[in-house]
Amino acid sequence: MNQFIFGRYIKGNSFVHQLDPRTKLLTSFFFIYLVFFANSLASYGLSLAFLALSLILSKIPVGFFLKGLKPMIWLIAFTVLLQLFFTGGEPVYWQWAFLKLTGDGIRQAVFIFFRFLLIILMSTLMTLTTPPLLLADALESLMKPLKKIKVPVHDIALMLSIALRFVPTLMDETQKIMNAQKSRGVDFDEGTMFKRIKAIIPILVPLFVSAFNRADDLAIAMEARGYNGDQERTKYRKLSYQRRDVMVLVAIIAFTLALFGLRTW
Amino acid sequence: MSLMIQLDHVKFTYDSAKPLILKDLSLSINEGEWVAIVGPNGSGKSTLAKVIDGLLTPLSGSVTIDGNSLTEENIWEIRSKVGIVFQNPDNQFVGTTVEDDVAFGLENQAFERSLMQERVEKALKWVNMWDFRHHEPARLSGGQKQRVALAGVMALAPKVIILDEATSMLDPLGRREVLETLRQLKAEKDLTVLSITHDIDEAALADRTILLKDGEIIFDGQPEGLFSLGSKLEEYGLDLPYIDQLKVALVKRGIDLPESYLDQEGLVEYLWKLHSRK
Repeated sequence: MNQFIFGRYIKGNSFVHQLDPRTKLLTSFFFIYLVFFANSLASYGLSLAFLALSLILSKIPVGFFLKGLKPMIWLIAFTVLLQLFFTGGEPVYWQWAFLKLTGDGIRQAVFIFFRFLLIILMSTLMTLTTPPLLLADALESLMKPLKKIKVPVHDIALMLSIALRFVPTLMDETQKIMNAQKSRGVDFDEGTMFKRIKAIIPILVPLFVSAFNRADDLAIAMEARGYNGDQERTKYRKLSYQRRDVMVLVAIIAFTLALFGLRTW
Repeated sequence: MSLMIQLDHVKFTYDSAKPLILKDLSLSINEGEWVAIVGPNGSGKSTLAKVIDGLLTPLSGSVTIDGNSLTEENIWEIRSKVGIVFQNPDNQFVGTTVEDDVAFGLENQAFERSLMQERVEKALKWVNMWDFRHHEPARLSGGQKQRVALAGVMALAPKVIILDEATSMLDPLGRREVLETLRQLKAEKDLTVLSITHDIDEAALADRTILLKDGEIIFDGQPEGLFSLGSKLEEYGLDLPYIDQLKVALVKRGIDLPESYLDQEGLVEYLWKLHSRK
């Protein structure tokens, strides 16, 4: 699991780290949305510059971002090649049966490549600089308006934060159960596909049973500490916008305007 | 001294096809008392703790906390007076970090934020976990988790603290520290402590011990009285304290000991006298 960079958090104290998580969540979503409007070399250049600036401000070594790209390489290559050889248009440079290499195709492939790069790196930047629990907080805060249409925002946020908190605990437990089963002679790495799937049952069943027991214990402990579900609660952790969040807002507005200026219509 | 906890002929079972877990249990505990509840596995100790907090409703009988009989209406008010630290710290951690978890109970009672921060800091310093406040639970040891669970309950400043084997994962030093902290706190705030334990030394610290077996009270009195049950204690799933093991060993080697209970100093004194008489 160690090479898996997505969803991991790197401790730091940079400009990006200190931003309000809501700012980061909204900005990166909005950025990803904007990327689909870029359709000229200049507009892609601008987007890349914006991304590069964000990456530099996070002070996270480039290596981490490259690691984040790694699992996506096949998807990127596949899509780019598809675009390269299957796009029709002008001028045609090379043709063989139904495969064509055209000027439009090359342009499209390059754009798709940059689009992938921009989207993946921006989302990696967000997850690397924001602890998951703050993301959960940000989601709760952003979903607050939905309370008006009777969405149980608090319950969703609580489930999310409990789920996040139990991820490492359950991972540890899975590892423990696996080792315990291995020590009794269950083989997870060999045999046919069918055999391997069958070998997962002695992990899944105890894991489910223990998750039920945990849920029971947790519910009792929560009740004992005065949680009854629908009371008015206060919050210990508070999110607050700072000056730097306003700076980001200004930057993203400027970026949006410039992007629409550079885009070919 | 006023009565803090009163159980009147309480019966309880999880499964009506099986024998009762608590059989007609009556018990009263004064304010400011430190009571150790001991007994073998399955004797109903944990069930008793949950019945006191209203987490389980008895089949018959009544539970009275601080003068108020436990009912459907006042259950939350009573729960705010009673804090329980459960056995498995992994499963009672609600918060994503240490400080969030300690604040959880305070959030439920809609404390103001500044007051919350003050309480959380104080509670975490009590248990020596302030430096770990930003840590995630998965990265703490079992003992550290138990300290945090204790802090979470202490932050609420309850009148009664129930420890359901809450020191079972601490090392001897950590256990001594936590118990000492609790003792100071108890002296400061007239806290009532109910500790459910298999640890005989923890039971020895109590003002009063209650021995439970199959849902019935077998012994209720000062720890000395419990220890004078001698080798019978092992039947009840308890070890003898060190000093009593020593006495058994001495008697085996033909040294006569008096009938009355001796603590460590008493035994030393007695052995001195015995030695100088020779």
